[in-house]
Amino acid sequence: MAAYPAWDDDSARLIIAGLSHLEGAALPILHALQDEFGYVDPKAVPLIADALNLSRADVHGTISFYHDFRTAPPPRRIVKLCRAEACQALGCETLVQDLAREHGIVVDNHAGSQDAVVETVYCLGNCALGPSALVEGELIGRADADSIAALCGARQ
Amino acid sequence: MSEAIRIYVPIDAAALSVGAEGVAQTIAKEAQAHGVAVEIVRNGSRGMLWLEPMVEVETARGRIAYGPVAAKDVAGLFEAGFQSGGVHALCLGPVDELDWLKRQQRLTFARAGVTDPLSLADYRAHDGLKGLEKALSLTGAEIVEEVKQSGLRGRGGAGFPTGIKWKTVHDAKATQKYIVCNADEGDSGTFADRMLMEGDPFLLIEGMTIAAIAVGATKGYIYLRSEYPHAHKALQRAILKARNAGLLGPSVLGSGKTFELEVRLGAGAYICGEETSLLESLEGKRAIVRAKPPIPALQGLFGKPTIVNNVLSFAAVPWILTHGAKAYADYGMGRSRGTLPVQLGGNVRRGGLIELAFGISLREIIEDMGGGTLSGRPIRAVQVGGPLGAYLTAKQLETPMDYEALAGIKAMLGHGGIVVFDDSVDMARQARFAFEFCAKESCGKCTPCRIGATRGVELVDRIIAGQERPKNLAVLRDLNRLMTDASLCAMGGLTPMPVMSALNHFFEDFDRPPAQPLPLAAE
Repeated sequence: MAAYPAWDDDSARLIIAGLSHLEGAALPILHALQDEFGYVDPKAVPLIADALNLSRADVHGTISFYHDFRTAPPPRRIVKLCRAEACQALGCETLVQDLAREHGIVVDNHAGSQDAVVETVYCLGNCALGPSALVEGELIGRADADSIAALCGARQ
Repeated sequence: MSEAIRIYVPIDAAALSVGAEGVAQTIAKEAQAHGVAVEIVRNGSRGMLWLEPMVEVETARGRIAYGPVAAKDVAGLFEAGFQSGGVHALCLGPVDELDWLKRQQRLTFARAGVTDPLSLADYRAHDGLKGLEKALSLTGAEIVEEVKQSGLRGRGGAGFPTGIKWKTVHDAKATQKYIVCNADEGDSGTFADRMLMEGDPFLLIEGMTIAAIAVGATKGYIYLRSEYPHAHKALQRAILKARNAGLLGPSVLGSGKTFELEVRLGAGAYICGEETSLLESLEGKRAIVRAKPPIPALQGLFGKPTIVNNVLSFAAVPWILTHGAKAYADYGMGRSRGTLPVQLGGNVRRGGLIELAFGISLREIIEDMGGGTLSGRPIRAVQVGGPLGAYLTAKQLETPMDYEALAGIKAMLGHGGIVVFDDSVDMARQARFAFEFCAKESCGKCTPCRIGATRGVELVDRIIAGQERPKNLAVLRDLNRLMTDASLCAMGGLTPMPVMSALNHFFEDFDRPPAQPLPLAAE
């Protein structure tokens, strides 16, 4: 799993400067920061606001609007589990219950210091081969509680 | 290596999700061990997703398919001589003879699964760029007229006539115009955009370039959802190749006309599939829906005239230009002309992508092509058109795939996604989910959607728990009417569609004796 460098204002500034010429640069910048550090530190807000000539409120508003952007360092591994209708039809809710009951993994639970977190997403575009999950850019089809737990480096 | 045997292993994300990468690697390894020279081509998927990973071998008899192939099957395949089309339990025969493909009318998806998605030479060899070349010989107004005459309607869900949208942008006077592709395919049950972007990305690029030439736009964006990392990679590489080949850039195919194209990633917000919210997001803001008018065709991205079309709308255009508007309009029924890439998913035996002229019935798709449910249990409900689409009963499956026919039964075609549920589904839970999803994904601008969705979750919870059912059902129906009438966009306006269809067609699920204490309300 990717080990991210600690947040660093100077390298953040460089990333921001490299992209601020784009039209509507905020999302590309936020993605680039998150790719680099694993999250977007609140310290980025004034830096982006300054580079794009926006108010800090605008930048904060953008960051907080989108599900993707994290404002704290991520767990070591994130398993995105689809819980939309097509995967529901294939039992993803049973999978969620089994994960909790059999493996002690509670979906969307960021509390504690577990290495891996399973997060809910809605649709990964693999609706004929669900339940589906996305782990570090890799799509998993026909998932079950055991395979998801294995991806999490299952405890027990 | 001239006599190397060509073997196709899909690089489509769905195929990868069931092990295509391992299969490709094992084939390379086994080929070496057997001293067989092979050229492994990573093609798109043919759309027969239950057969993935589906490997094809090029032989004198045409391409022979094997599937679903697991890495552990590969050694046996070589022993059976699959490299020359040999007999094996997984052999499906010549691809072109497969009934599932033969029944389709693949116009947009003609190349998907056939070619190497990132080979521009392959693209050209399979009729690519003919539409753009034709477009460059026409005036902008003539291109727009051709699209109009084809009867093409927006494939994103709303079904607005594409030609009329293009004409509005064409006629607008502005120093800058934009072409924006809505590739925020967030509807559950839909994956055609993804498959096209991964399986034939040059087609989308060609379609957007034709749009740019038609209306005089010089800059385009593909707004892609972040849940599609494979499509992102494919598009970025295809755009780079197109640019190096002079298909994009300061002089499109030497015409002297400029068109620059860029992919932008979304950030996990379903609402960005709504075009005005998408534009806000492209501008770098919170994706709050805009009130219309002004329409984006006149004041779109950065306030400039903008064509916003779905992936499949753009992708249909090169075929229309190449073969003529009439040839396209000859497919279909009523006011739904051309073909529709249908996506069959959920609890179904043979799911995948089916491109057919409008007019085929849901039953033919789900039962004949899909083979019924994967679980083998009876079909109870079918959701058509994504999370905002209606749930239909097994009795309504005679309905044809047609914008108006579905609207006639208070359903919608949407982006052509079909999700099948067996008889274990609890439709009250599905209604609750529709509200829960809306509450999570609402942009929050209008009250009916922002507050209504949360109230909806609470109401369904009370109904499930058996609290004052008649009263709460009356409030639920009232809330649905309010959201339908007063929401700003389709998110709040259509969330009542799945809810009401569940309520009207599957009332027994709302009328069961309460089994459990009150579930947790939405946060």
